[in-house]
Amino acid sequence: MSGKFDAKSHVAHMEKVMGLTIEDDWRPVVEAHIAATQKAAELVLSFPLDEEVEAAPVFEP
Amino acid sequence: MTVSSKLTAMTASATAEAVRSGTTSAVDVVRDCLWQIEKLNPVLNAFTDVTADRALTEAAGIDEAVASGANLPLTGVPFAVKNLFDVEGVVTRAGSKINLENAPAKADATLIRNLSRAGAVLVGGLNMGEYAYDFTGENAHDGNCLNPHDLSRMSGGSSSGSGAAAASGMVPVTLGSDTNGSIRVPSSFCGLFGLKPTYGRLSRHGTYPFVGSLDHLGPLARSAEDLSLVFDVLQGFDENDPAQSDRPVLATRAELAKGANGLRIAIAGGYFRQKLEPEALAAVDKVALALGASAEIDIPEAARARAAAYVITVAEGANLHFERILHRPHDFDPDTRDRFLSGTMVPAVWVQQAQRFRSWFRAMMRKIFEHVDIILAPATPFSALPSGTRAITLGGETMPARPNIGLFTQPISFIGLPVVAVPVWPDGSNLPIGVQVIAPAWREDLALRVAHQLERDGIAAAPVARI
Repeated sequence: MSGKFDAKSHVAHMEKVMGLTIEDDWRPVVEAHIAATQKAAELVLSFPLDEEVEAAPVFEP
Repeated sequence: MTVSSKLTAMTASATAEAVRSGTTSAVDVVRDCLWQIEKLNPVLNAFTDVTADRALTEAAGIDEAVASGANLPLTGVPFAVKNLFDVEGVVTRAGSKINLENAPAKADATLIRNLSRAGAVLVGGLNMGEYAYDFTGENAHDGNCLNPHDLSRMSGGSSSGSGAAAASGMVPVTLGSDTNGSIRVPSSFCGLFGLKPTYGRLSRHGTYPFVGSLDHLGPLARSAEDLSLVFDVLQGFDENDPAQSDRPVLATRAELAKGANGLRIAIAGGYFRQKLEPEALAAVDKVALALGASAEIDIPEAARARAAAYVITVAEGANLHFERILHRPHDFDPDTRDRFLSGTMVPAVWVQQAQRFRSWFRAMMRKIFEHVDIILAPATPFSALPSGTRAITLGGETMPARPNIGLFTQPISFIGLPVVAVPVWPDGSNLPIGVQVIAPAWREDLALRVAHQLERDGIAAAPVARI
């Protein structure tokens, strides 16, 4: 992912897209959670996966 | 200690043997169990629903069956289930306030039916973190479930009641669920043997889901033999769980005596030895020493595996609860609400990449298991935290406590490997900590054998807590 992830803007935008209710005192926590998820996703997305690697439709270990 | 309280301090296998042999009756065992619950539950808050009438009726039926010569593996063994399991006539709470408005379940979950058929007696439903999105045992609706070994500490979650009820001797066996560590964490914090079987091994039909891609069910008990005994009867194909495998039943109990003989055992290095307290490291090393294991192996990309599990969890969980989080956010536990809200905002690309990475990580781990049979790793980075802990410092880094309790369990359940968490007691401490005994997919027998040997050799133990 390029650029710095702006959790505040993302939450403000997605709140409208999804029609969510976020009270003022919840907002900083929701922002912290999506920021943590973005950090985790960044780690996953930065790993070079071959294009033939597919998700398992029904996962069997 | 009264005679009756000795009954509930017994393991499941000892209880079954006592009822079969006529040393005691199933009704007496269940009465004692109900008395223990009445006495201890106000302190621990492990049970949310007690099915006393049903239990006594079933116990009477078991006693009749014994008198007629029945020989069932779990004859008269009381058990309880995390309250996300359907229990006929009881509302399936899943730790929530919202689901309490649902109609009572019309039938028992498949795993409850399997245990009942084997002679076990259900005595109730157990407290849990809301919708299973929890590692602490804290619940804003039903109250926190406390750790029987230290009431000021967390029981661990989300199968919190499953940990506290078994560790306090209310019941010898409980069932829990584990999406990212929710059987292994309370096993570690409460000092129990806990089995998270291979993903797809046991039917999840009749249980309230959390993250279909990662949800597992399994038992917690005070001995490895009990885990094995229960696991053997929990198995069986059920077409009602779309993710369940139709592999043949794996009989593990007869295998236990083999112990760790002939197994190649390694210690998980790198990621699994970095961000943890000394007691967690010492517990793994104690187990490794007892097993004669000294080779450390690196599990590449464990941090990414955990990150991917994190992304899948928040997104799939938010999808499941979308209507509720959209229309009734005020009715959620604040600690789960804010995460589910954030989960509705996760781009699909992140989730799909995490699912594809899961395939990569599985392939890599399969290669590792060509060279080893068992991998040892900490179950939690520390012993049970004081209740209400919000932040922890590990490896010099301060981080939120809640999600990081699952630092070492998450990469393993991510690809569904079977694990037995074994309870180890650091020298001079009254608080246990778990070690994960990790086996290749579909080889629960290997992990159970190792756990049994560790118990036999006095390295792992799950004594009833003194309260």
